[in-house]
Amino acid sequence: MAHPVTVTVNGAVTSHRVAAPTTLVEYLRDVLDLTATNEGCDTTSCGSCTVHLDGEAVKACTVLAVQAHGRSVTTVEGLAGGPGGGLHPLLEAFRAEHGVQCGYCTPGMVMAVLGLLERCPHPDEAQVRTALKGNLCRCTGYHNIVAAVLAASGATGAAGQP
Amino acid sequence: MTLPAFDYHRAASVAEAVAMLVEQGEGARLLAGGHSLLPLMRRRRSRPRLLIDLGGLAELAGIDDGGDHLHIGALTRHHDVATSPLVAAEAPLLARAASLVGDPQVRNRGTIGGSLAHADPAADLAAAALALDATVVITGPGGERHSAVGGLFGAPHRTTLAATEVLTAIRVPKRGGAPWSYQRFSRRAQDWPTVAVAAVGDPAAPRVALAAMAAVPWRARAVEEALAGGASAEAAATLADEGCDPPSDLAASADYRRHLARILTRRALEEAS
Repeated sequence: MAHPVTVTVNGAVTSHRVAAPTTLVEYLRDVLDLTATNEGCDTTSCGSCTVHLDGEAVKACTVLAVQAHGRSVTTVEGLAGGPGGGLHPLLEAFRAEHGVQCGYCTPGMVMAVLGLLERCPHPDEAQVRTALKGNLCRCTGYHNIVAAVLAASGATGAAGQP
Repeated sequence: MTLPAFDYHRAASVAEAVAMLVEQGEGARLLAGGHSLLPLMRRRRSRPRLLIDLGGLAELAGIDDGGDHLHIGALTRHHDVATSPLVAAEAPLLARAASLVGDPQVRNRGTIGGSLAHADPAADLAAAALALDATVVITGPGGERHSAVGGLFGAPHRTTLAATEVLTAIRVPKRGGAPWSYQRFSRRAQDWPTVAVAAVGDPAAPRVALAAMAAVPWRARAVEEALAGGASAEAAATLADEGCDPPSDLAASADYRRHLARILTRRALEEAS
């Protein structure tokens, strides 16, 4: 049986009918064609599918689309650019510090870190590593990811706006 | 693995959820944050025909001062328990355990009631709730009843709740002044504890609970009795695994878990004295 869901995604209201087992990451990727959010492990472990639900980082493989009904979702596609239309400062920091290798985990990393920087704008390295406990990267060894977050600290204000 | 087929209903009240459970019987399960149930369903270890979503019931979320206890709604998320000033002041062991569940994203979705109702013998919050002598509040067709949290756990992933009952809250006696400790070992940051020990050093009645040492979250009564009889922390801790039947799995052998339980219990008793 299909269930109606209305979810505000990156500021736009979306309404569709979905089967109950449809996860939020499947809704974003397969229904809305927002494919920046990746699905990795399917088991709430790897963090690749991290998005913000009502402003908080969650793993979208373990949220049903019907559970997001009436709520707001932000994906990495929704991050506003910096002044002059460039990348969001956090994305720019990942680029500048080369906090990316294959890139599969990156959208989830960015959304997890955004949650940290909104609560704690100037984290130290230990706080960054703790905040990334739920995000796995199999390429970088995390060094450049942590460096990117530290470089971006203070550059991101409330609600992820530069 | 994808989720199996099921239907979904968003409950408008606890009473409606109970009525649906009565109507649907064993084929229905309650959904809170979903962070325990949905992974079980992916692994086909739970195959409900219907999920009844409690997530819209704001009255089930929140932490209230009940005088001699804290009243924590079943839908209160781990993040909110971990960061609550009230919990930090009156039940710091519970705040500490909540801060170690999963990872930040999991703590933003997972709920205390969902964790207890999942009845995983390795759950951080179950061990903490046992050591704090917490009570769970349960609503069923006949009204509300209370149960000591230790009576909630029947077997791995099985509670003693009737199929028609809803766990609506947890009541935690205020223990702000009592020394406490939570000792947890895991190989990787986001893993469940290989073994964890929760201790509350109430001089009149010290309480020690273990995670991942038995089929259910476990009260280390031999340790508690030894302490009450005047034994030292070091001597009492040697009894930590008495009566336990710990599992052997990829994380650890049963013997290694017994070793961990004794070491972590000693550390916990030393810290909580």
